[in-house]
Amino acid sequence: MPVSIRLPTVLRPHVAGQATVSIDGATIGEVLSTLVQQNPGLSGQVIAEDGTLNKFVNIYINDDDVRYLQQLDTPVTDGDEVSILPAVAGGAG
Amino acid sequence: MARYASVLDLIGETPMVDVSALSPSPNVTILTKLEGRNPAGSVKDRVALSLVEQAEADGILVPGAPDQVLIEPSSGNTGIALAMVCRMKGYHLKVVLPTNVSVERRQLLEVFGAEIIESPGSEGSNGAVRMARALAAEHPEWVFLYQYANPANPKAHYEHTGPEIFRDVPEITHFVAGLGTSGTLLGVGRYLKEQNPDIQVWAIEPPTGEMVDGLRNLDDGYIPPIFAELGGAEILDRKTVVRPRESIEWTRRMTELGLFVGISSGAIMAGAIRCAKQIPEDQEATIVTIACDDGWKYLSTGAWTEDIDTVVDRASKVIYF
Repeated sequence: MPVSIRLPTVLRPHVAGQATVSIDGATIGEVLSTLVQQNPGLSGQVIAEDGTLNKFVNIYINDDDVRYLQQLDTPVTDGDEVSILPAVAGGAG
Repeated sequence: MARYASVLDLIGETPMVDVSALSPSPNVTILTKLEGRNPAGSVKDRVALSLVEQAEADGILVPGAPDQVLIEPSSGNTGIALAMVCRMKGYHLKVVLPTNVSVERRQLLEVFGAEIIESPGSEGSNGAVRMARALAAEHPEWVFLYQYANPANPKAHYEHTGPEIFRDVPEITHFVAGLGTSGTLLGVGRYLKEQNPDIQVWAIEPPTGEMVDGLRNLDDGYIPPIFAELGGAEILDRKTVVRPRESIEWTRRMTELGLFVGISSGAIMAGAIRCAKQIPEDQEATIVTIACDDGWKYLSTGAWTEDIDTVVDRASKVIYF
């Protein structure tokens, strides 16, 4: 089941300049590991060496941060929109 | 009516109003705490007072001493609140302000005599934080209260906002608030979970927009130090993005109940509606949200009066959270 993954500008050079890629997988972890396998330049950027999410990266599935769902085990379904974003300060201040 | 010796005594004890007329379910009560009733107009009055009083207690600021200068990054409300407190106490405040905030936010800083140092709008709040940190390092004689890293920020909410909410709405099941410095969510969230660990805490954030395009690498990302130090990830149960269109739609819907609130309050209300929709139909719930400020500072954005597509396009380019 393909999901669409939107990448931030800073990561696009590692995926041949694409802003969005489409990848199959049942969980967000599967999708991301396939993404990294297909684009080795991303290695270590999104997923840290210990297998968890890089702390400066937020992954959203349809606007929900996966850290507060089931982390990398969060299931994805056909047509989900996944975004990879660097953590930034909110503007409420 | 009560009589007050100082405007600072008007900070806090804000009203809670029932907005369940907007709830998607008859079993879900929604209430919102009107932080726009604070004297400088936002929830940040609580934070500003707490930051300054803590610094005075620690001897970092000395009331009445000459030539005391503070520097702080802010997209608006903290700056405005600090400017009011500093004006009253005789401190000089420099605010590092992204260029893309509403004109009213800028004017209110000037009203209270703050000096504005502009940071690039394209870098958003991150850029303001970065510039303020660099300036503070260059000028160790300036006082840098640094709301993103100062425990006096969440403390204001742990000691006041949280207890006010639990006193007024002891049946609360969900707390929904905006994520900026994370001070409100950490302070209120921790207090509420200590009273009842079953209370769910939802963080609402705006989309990062174009500002992330300016980052050179992922490690330029920024997590507020207080979020990491105070275990933010354990306090939050859900974190979700609300986009400008939904934020403005709900800001407008709130006027049906006579509530003229800022755009972030509309975003948080939209988040509360999402929260209400995922509660099982046969389950009763009470959601409390924060309305961070009133609508006055956003009139120039046309949020209530102009074509929604125009306003959404405009909102994507300014910091309204």
